[in-house]
Amino acid sequence: MLLVEMKEEVILLDFWASPYGMRVKIALEEKGIEYKRLGENLQDKSPLLLQLNPIHKTIPVLVHEGKPVCESLIIVSYIDEVWHDKSPLLPSDPYQKSQALFWADYIEKKVYDVGRRVLWEKGEKQEMTKKELIQGLKELEGELGTKRYFGGENIDFVDVALVPFTCWFYSIERRGNFSIETECPKLMSWVKRCISERESVAKTLQDPLKIYDYYNELDPQ
Amino acid sequence: MGKDDVKLLSMWASPFCMRVKVALAEKDVAYEEILESDLMGAKTELLIKSNPVHKQVPVLLHDDKPVVESTNILTYIDEVWPAKPLLPACAYGKSRARFWADYIDRKVFPAGRNVWTAKEDDQVESARKEFLDILMYLDGTLGEQDYFNGDTFGFVDILLIGLTSWFPAFEKYGGFKVEDEYPKLAAWITRSYARETVSESLTSPEKITNFVGMMRQMYGIE
Repeated sequence: MLLVEMKEEVILLDFWASPYGMRVKIALEEKGIEYKRLGENLQDKSPLLLQLNPIHKTIPVLVHEGKPVCESLIIVSYIDEVWHDKSPLLPSDPYQKSQALFWADYIEKKVYDVGRRVLWEKGEKQEMTKKELIQGLKELEGELGTKRYFGGENIDFVDVALVPFTCWFYSIERRGNFSIETECPKLMSWVKRCISERESVAKTLQDPLKIYDYYNELDPQ
Repeated sequence: MGKDDVKLLSMWASPFCMRVKVALAEKDVAYEEILESDLMGAKTELLIKSNPVHKQVPVLLHDDKPVVESTNILTYIDEVWPAKPLLPACAYGKSRARFWADYIDRKVFPAGRNVWTAKEDDQVESARKEFLDILMYLDGTLGEQDYFNGDTFGFVDILLIGLTSWFPAFEKYGGFKVEDEYPKLAAWITRSYARETVSESLTSPEKITNFVGMMRQMYGIE
């Protein structure tokens, strides 16, 4: 497919199990943006993906007006700026925006990066990583406080940044032999609320059991 | 309208703090710098209160409200003081700038650290190669432009220039010279240093290199 043919459309290169891809899909759904999804096989990346994201060679990649935008949180910011009239995800006040960006960065470093390590680590190392993950999630529970969502009454950038990874929690719990729900009940209530009240989230999040089957094939125990 | 009360919690060797200083200088924003002691010293109460999650500098205190994480601080500065914008106007240009900001943040300093902490020859060799590969991508994206931001010094330039105060240390312990490998990038460093906002904000590379030498001794690398 030539880039010039893509000029009229919004296209998303994605992988079904990727929480990073899910962030972008939730943002697109929240804004009611029509898009074409191209599923990638990460074991055999398409020439198009390698052309659009030559540095990292990863999904998601959003193509808008023929131009690629890479890195999930950067894509969500881009979507929020271009389609700013509907369901704003980032606050316009610079201080509140800096808070949202801070927590999104925290989620990246303390939840996604740490959580993934629980999947493949073993023994004492895994135990320490599990503690680190729970610590990070508890910190986020503190930030959520008594709000319905991180964004208050509506979901925002921080909710979008975090919620996709929760469909990987089941896999992390099985491999780590622990329960995230027991440690972080408020956060799990927030997850259930997101799924039951936001169609964008319900449509996008994958079944955690399906994710676990996929992970088991990738990395059999 | 009252004058802005702007403070910066910083540490002299931190390239992440240098970035914020350059940005504030570019925007002509007056500020008070509060220096944390060296890396090994105890963290001040003000730092722990202002950044309870990470307990790290830089922290920008604007009317006593803390903004943390240097790239985040630069975004904040650019929005609060919008004259002389650091980011491109269009959403796509912003997304490209953020992409390179993310790349620089993820890759440059950690790779540089691998260079100066490497002990054996083969470790040095592999760390050098990794660092130079990263510079290759940066050199490529700079292209024939004067700055990463195009004709004007901007967001990505500021994020990278602070780190270049550590480059002579990486060169010394990695056995390479940026100007031999990537002359265009070296020219960009020289061009950027010619700006008063940069030369007055960056710690001298000599001081940094001595500091790195001292840390190598402390860690038993030499």
